[in-house]
Amino acid sequence: MPVDAIVEVKEVGKIYDGVVEALTGINLALPEGKLSTLLGPSGCGKTTLLKIIAGLISPSRGEVWVKGQRVDGPGPERAFVFQDFALLPWANVLRNVAFGLELRGTSKEDRQEIARKHIAEVGLKSFESSYPHQLSGGMRQRVGLARALAVDADIILMDEPFSSVDEQTRRKFQEELLDLLRHKKITVIFVTHSIEEAAYLSDQIVLLSPRPGTISKIIQPDIDRQGKNPDEIRRDKNYLDTVDEIWQILKHYV
Amino acid sequence: MKTPVVLDSVEPPRRTLAPLVWQLISFALFFSLWELAGRWPISFAFPPFSKTLMALLRMIADGSLAKAYLTTLQPLIIGIALSSVVGIGFGIAMGLSRSVEWFSLPIFIVLQAAPMAAIIPLITYMYGIGITSKVLAVVVLAAPVIVMNAYKGIRNTHPSLIQMCRAFLGTRRQEVVKIILPHASALIFAGLRLGLAMGFIGIVIAELLITPTGIGDLITYSSSVADYPEMFAAITSIIVFAALTIHALERLERKLFPPEIRGLENAG
Repeated sequence: MPVDAIVEVKEVGKIYDGVVEALTGINLALPEGKLSTLLGPSGCGKTTLLKIIAGLISPSRGEVWVKGQRVDGPGPERAFVFQDFALLPWANVLRNVAFGLELRGTSKEDRQEIARKHIAEVGLKSFESSYPHQLSGGMRQRVGLARALAVDADIILMDEPFSSVDEQTRRKFQEELLDLLRHKKITVIFVTHSIEEAAYLSDQIVLLSPRPGTISKIIQPDIDRQGKNPDEIRRDKNYLDTVDEIWQILKHYV
Repeated sequence: MKTPVVLDSVEPPRRTLAPLVWQLISFALFFSLWELAGRWPISFAFPPFSKTLMALLRMIADGSLAKAYLTTLQPLIIGIALSSVVGIGFGIAMGLSRSVEWFSLPIFIVLQAAPMAAIIPLITYMYGIGITSKVLAVVVLAAPVIVMNAYKGIRNTHPSLIQMCRAFLGTRRQEVVKIILPHASALIFAGLRLGLAMGFIGIVIAELLITPTGIGDLITYSSSVADYPEMFAAITSIIVFAALTIHALERLERKLFPPEIRGLENAG
């Protein structure tokens, strides 16, 4: 385990309604400044684990430590990107992106200035006054990402952020996400069920097995992404080996 | 408002006149059939459209219709105002608090389903024949739907929006003020519109059952002296008045809360 773990999950288990065991005996250390993926088939509790780390769900057993502090709810060092975007339909892009800061009581002027910066960063500069229903799925998720970036968290938790956008948009978005993170010291924890997505993006992949969710393997793909364009990465031998290795494990659960 | 690249752009409406033409034909046909039926005649007490219209114009001209409406609208407006304040407050409380919900939801489900007009004689027995009884008749009919709509509006808030608010460190107060209430406002408004529709029923029943006043007096009196055109004119006028008011509110509602902003569409 790397020493510079920013998130530590200790013996975490979750039982829903006293009967459904979603997770059991999860021990995990997530390295600072890296992108870790929680990967597994549906029903493996990966979203539950992510929401436990976020403090949105409390574990039935065990505990989560973030930056040396025990988690007992959401905190300012963590921001969340939702699968269904969770944007306010009655608010425009600017207000949606600034919403996290609005809740924290940042003044209107300050929060709009910060929001504008992040809107530009995710490539939505001319859409500040648009409403969510006027945007495509991919654009809505950019708003969700900008909102998470705007609160200046150390850790961004992403729950299958690209699952409701089409494949082309998804690839474009993945590339841009890598590009964006290269310049920041943000830790990302990413939930997905796509093997390619996990291999393409991750520094560390946590493979979960279903019912109840346990960690079946942790893979640290050795893909050199520096100075390579996306197509080169997708043809990289290590990338292809990682995809294959994951598939060899996951196919037993399907 | 500038709208850049609207993705689901709506086709420009073609031949917008067509529906209006059809609606006019529909009205014309209805009134012609009424005229024919009245002239045939179906019954001695069924006047043709033309005579009813003349009676209506006469009543407008001599001010008796305006006077009647002034009387009728008073308990209606007081009743609706009362139901709105109390009903929305109660509905919101039910939506936000489990204990208030368990305590009162069954009552309102029964009230909404029951034929509340049956209670009006009881109200008369308890509160006499004054304006209080008429206001209560309006409240009894209008309040349940206002309460239920406010309650549903609160309860139907998209759970992921609430989770989002918590994830970004929103307090419970912020959750209510910034997420739940804006989300519920459209349904609350719709509740007021439905409540007003029920209120119209309430006030007409009250004016016919309790003591004839206002429009109810016009109907009862003209029927007792066998002036059927006037009676039909009074009935038609209240139907048209209620329909137009409700329709106007519906248009206002669509303007204030367009469906895509309501968040009814795709989680948002």
